[in-house]
Amino acid sequence: MNVMSPDSYVTADGRTIGGTLMEMKNITLRFGGVVAIKDISFDIREGEIRAIIGPNGAGKSSMLNVISGFYVPSDGDVWFDGAIRPKMRPYQVARQGIARTFQNIALFEGMSVLDNIMTGRLTKMKSNMLSQAIWWGKAQKEETEHREKVENIIDFLEIQTIRKTPVGNLPYGLKKRVELARALAAEPRLLLLDEPMAGMNVEEKEDMSRFILDVNDEFGTTIALIEHDMGVVMDLSDRVVVMDYGRKIGDGTPDEVRNDQKVIDAYLGVSHD
Amino acid sequence: MPDQFLYAVEVIINGLMAGVLYALVALGFVLIFKASGIFNYAQGVMALFAAMTLVGIQKGQIPFAKLINTVMGTELEHFPWTVPVIPAIILAFGVMILFAIIVEKYILKHLVNQPEIILFMATIGLAYFMEGFGDIMWGPEIKKLDVGLPQGGSFWIEDMTIGLGGENFYGFFIDKLDMVATVVAILLVAALTIFSQYSKQGRALRAVADDHQAALSVGISLRFIWVLVWSIAGFVALVAGIMWGAKSGVQFSLSLIALKALPVLMLGGFTSIPGAIVGGLIIGVGEKLFEFSIGPLVGGATENWFAYVLALIFLVFRPQGLFGEKIIERV
Repeated sequence: MNVMSPDSYVTADGRTIGGTLMEMKNITLRFGGVVAIKDISFDIREGEIRAIIGPNGAGKSSMLNVISGFYVPSDGDVWFDGAIRPKMRPYQVARQGIARTFQNIALFEGMSVLDNIMTGRLTKMKSNMLSQAIWWGKAQKEETEHREKVENIIDFLEIQTIRKTPVGNLPYGLKKRVELARALAAEPRLLLLDEPMAGMNVEEKEDMSRFILDVNDEFGTTIALIEHDMGVVMDLSDRVVVMDYGRKIGDGTPDEVRNDQKVIDAYLGVSHD
Repeated sequence: MPDQFLYAVEVIINGLMAGVLYALVALGFVLIFKASGIFNYAQGVMALFAAMTLVGIQKGQIPFAKLINTVMGTELEHFPWTVPVIPAIILAFGVMILFAIIVEKYILKHLVNQPEIILFMATIGLAYFMEGFGDIMWGPEIKKLDVGLPQGGSFWIEDMTIGLGGENFYGFFIDKLDMVATVVAILLVAALTIFSQYSKQGRALRAVADDHQAALSVGISLRFIWVLVWSIAGFVALVAGIMWGAKSGVQFSLSLIALKALPVLMLGGFTSIPGAIVGGLIIGVGEKLFEFSIGPLVGGATENWFAYVLALIFLVFRPQGLFGEKIIERV
């Protein structure tokens, strides 16, 4: 959000939405004969909350995996930060500043909450093994700096009391929050959330929605999230892509999408001919 | 009976130190198992290979000399130099790093997401390959490994303790090499613990051990971590190879120490570094004490089987080992 691009605008609640951060151009993803994503294009603008919704099996998670580099699209290009992204491995994508969470939670169960979140800082840590061995003091100082950033995030997400708890012992809702904390620790340019509300009760959902809005507001983080629960998404997001059977059937503000006949059909289950 | 008691103490001390040597080998297994879920059958052969390489470099042997001589009709044998101990160890470690890179590039990389049994089979193949490759590279004869480690019993300790018992007590007999091995093993474990707990790569390594997907998502390169972990395991193999090689010469049977590490792992758990140490110590002390107390009653040589029986008993009552993670299957 540093550079005001010509097409940037300010939302009703005072947030600035900048230029295009990421653009998917004609993405197709095939697994053998199965087409998971068919010729989909959309963009994600800097500072916005962009949702991808659709019924189960619509290809949302596949799309997220394409963005995060876990899948390589069969056709089409991924543009990030104004340049076409060459074929990359997931860890390289992460180092570019794209952090993510997983639908089924992928935390390091054996480590404490604090250690889990610290792994989010790995891409930001500079000193290598040799210099760590020789300049022990310097490495310690760096560790302290990272620790400070992590403590901020812990405060922000209100998980101070569990910071030393092994993640494996936490209830589901808290695990989801720790996963979010780890992704945030990387200070990502784009944060991908794969069904952040899945399996949560109403209270947990409300908490998570609040955190997502706060993260976006406070850090200016661009967020792309997937949900199949339409209600939650409509309240959160600036723009919504709707997918069904691997195709894009709608794209626009929540209000536009809500009144789109094709979207209503997809969700109410009108027969496909 | 103070004499009897003092002998028992001596047996325990020797057992502890033998245990440290077992633990050294077990450590190599644990490192690789933790980081990649692979039971590395080749760990013992790696120790043999590392020791052979060290001896070869020290003596200035030309690698593949016999092969070259046979094919080219030359009579190569040695370079005109010998290499001092420290540089030779560093070079041998370099060879083990190179080995780690090759293993990652030509084996592990192609077996990503395969069932663990496949990876295990691959390491069996690797073990046989390395065994032959080591022989071709450095020659199959038994080699003497001399890195300047002290040999024999410590007279100082014998002299100091001789007054403790009665007329039939000659003082504690404690092998100097075992003492050095103990110190080295303690340093190695301390270094590994500090590395894995407090360094960037150590944290990455624990992350990979825990969840591959999550590790990728925070920007960790699995391939780099695998090379790293196999290099460290190579280093541990080198240390184990030096200690065992100095004790009993560098020869094929060195690779069989891996078999002694198995009961250690079953006791300590496959995933725990402290477990490897404690398991090693229990087996070391256990088999020496058993031989000392029960051995004479059953005709001796109990050391050959005691460790395995103990491991079997453990498998029945605590299959995850003393420190391993409990395996809970959700229904």
